[in-house]
Amino acid sequence: MQTMPKWADIVLIPLINLFLAFFISGLVILAIGEDPVAAVKLMVEGAVGSTYGWGFTLYYATNFIFTGLAVAVAFHAALFNIGGEGQAALGGLGVALVCLMIPWPHWTVALVAASVGAAAFGALWATIPAYLQAKRGSHIVITTIMFNFIAAALLNYVLVNLLRPAGTMDPASAKFPEATHLPTLSDILNSVGIPFAARTPANVTLIIALIACVAVYYLIWRTKLGYQIRAFGKSEPAARYAGISSVKIIMITMALSGGLAGMMAINNVMGEAERLILNSVEGAGFIGIAVALMGRSHPFGVLLASILFGFLYQGGAELALWTSIPRDLVVVIQALVILFTGALDGMVRAPVEKMFLMMRKGA
Amino acid sequence: MTLMKSLMGAAASIALTAGMALAEPAIIFDLGGKFDKSFNEAAYTGAKKWADETGGSFKEIEMQSEAQREQALRRLAEAGSNPVVMTGFAFGNVLGEVAGDYPDTDFVIIDMVVDAPNVTSVVFTEHEGSYLVGYMAAQASKNNTVGFIGGMDIPLIRRFACGYAQGAKAANPDTTVIANMTGTTPAAWNDPVKGGELTKAQISQGADVVYAAAGGTGVGVLQAAADAGALSIGVDSNQNGMHPGKVLTSMLKRVDVAVYDAFSRGTEQPGGFSVLNLASNGVGYAMDENNAELVSAEMQATVDAIADKIIAGDITVHDYMSDESCPALSF
Repeated sequence: MQTMPKWADIVLIPLINLFLAFFISGLVILAIGEDPVAAVKLMVEGAVGSTYGWGFTLYYATNFIFTGLAVAVAFHAALFNIGGEGQAALGGLGVALVCLMIPWPHWTVALVAASVGAAAFGALWATIPAYLQAKRGSHIVITTIMFNFIAAALLNYVLVNLLRPAGTMDPASAKFPEATHLPTLSDILNSVGIPFAARTPANVTLIIALIACVAVYYLIWRTKLGYQIRAFGKSEPAARYAGISSVKIIMITMALSGGLAGMMAINNVMGEAERLILNSVEGAGFIGIAVALMGRSHPFGVLLASILFGFLYQGGAELALWTSIPRDLVVVIQALVILFTGALDGMVRAPVEKMFLMMRKGA
Repeated sequence: MTLMKSLMGAAASIALTAGMALAEPAIIFDLGGKFDKSFNEAAYTGAKKWADETGGSFKEIEMQSEAQREQALRRLAEAGSNPVVMTGFAFGNVLGEVAGDYPDTDFVIIDMVVDAPNVTSVVFTEHEGSYLVGYMAAQASKNNTVGFIGGMDIPLIRRFACGYAQGAKAANPDTTVIANMTGTTPAAWNDPVKGGELTKAQISQGADVVYAAAGGTGVGVLQAAADAGALSIGVDSNQNGMHPGKVLTSMLKRVDVAVYDAFSRGTEQPGGFSVLNLASNGVGYAMDENNAELVSAEMQATVDAIADKIIAGDITVHDYMSDESCPALSF
């Protein structure tokens, strides 16, 4: 029997968690001698107060949707994929190779090919830990996090020794050709008459991210494979008894997860930087874990949580720019959000459940 | 709804007035951090000096990762900061793209040349300054072995190493120069632990003077050298005071002057590129009370004479970046 209604589980508890996280963040800001109210105002204005802010917020959110979905899909099979960072980095390599090696006639074709490249590289990177888990029993948490470091080292090597154009000092690939440049959100919206700030990085990938949300929903709740993944996640022995191959599910789920993480690269590498640079993922792979936790591994929840984290990223950058509040404090705020929505979830859940029980008894 | 509207209107008007009040300069510090005791800190010193003297204020951003460069530049330009000064070669590519979008903003880039009408590039002749400290290192070395520790392995840092090796060989042709680079990525600018390890390795190979041209990594180099009783040479800022009596000298690269000048000129940037060299005091070596006992008057006189010869053109220091090769050192 459920002790509380579904809406409380999905809406109320995350909100209470968020409120607590922001409250403590406010205390921290107060402690370093800044005004928390002004800080919040600045964050809100900077992130969602103008189309310029939205352009950045949505750009970050797009990244987080992909990595959040990646973690969420793996969660359904009870696999904790914390290798999103490395998988997204490899996805970037896939995008760079696709864009640099083949002369594309038009961005639409390039986008499809780059998506495939990004997903393939990300998926490939995730299937190695998956294989080790499925066949050898190496724990996926350990292997995926280790693979982040291997990915970083691999990208270092490739950028410094292979992709860096001759004569440049910066370890970055050459600029992608003009034909592969994706239209930005402002290009699209301005063309239909909606004014939107130019020179913001949000681009057409946002639409792909939204499609990915729908696709993941359909996959997990409307297909046989999704059912198998969930069954496996709920109970491995039961799933095996029902004739579901654990090796197959682990491999497929991790490939899907890695592919989604890898597809983030079409946003940041192809859409924004238009060249492959070092550390292009910027921690989005790890934020994806928080996003999936907060979104309760549901695509719609992931979408909302992504926008929240996009807001935190962009608002935080504004905060660092216009006040003496260091950028590191934004990391503190993010950490608090993750702490409360993830680790300390039970702390809030228990009293809320009790409250609902009491209300029921009273009624 | 109406409340929302008025709120947003208020926000917009605040943003507008804020934008107009801001014709103040801005500076972006590259990876390695503002307080790296070296390159970025020199830039900060220059900016601060300008602020203290004029009572003005400036915006500053510290890079945390490679991916933020373009955004930081655009944000400062959008916000109306002018001029926007950035430290480090790594901004070259990004600035080349961004500058055209903001024709009314003046950009100043240090350590790299970007060819755009509203960009002023400032470069230094690090090989000349390094030649001088290399000369001093060879004179101070008892084992005839001197070390060089670079940050990221890029032509710019090889230019430091090459000048240093030439100077050391000029002072004493028998000098052995051991050169190491900390890494191949920007993380090498801020890895004092690895810098310290490399220093220990060089000392065990006989080096008794170690020159660090590695940004924040140099902190570890100077520390390890001081701990092992060897001498070290700082870079960019005057680092003599970090370990008094144990830092032979510092190769000064007057990034602070470049930033100060850029801020002082405000929106009247000359464009093109300027070279700060020995003649214009853009590079040099540091003398103060911390290293007075280490550098004899005789040594100082010799080095000054060499400096004069370089300025006069009697000594030509080979520039690694001119042909990507070095006669005195192989990488």
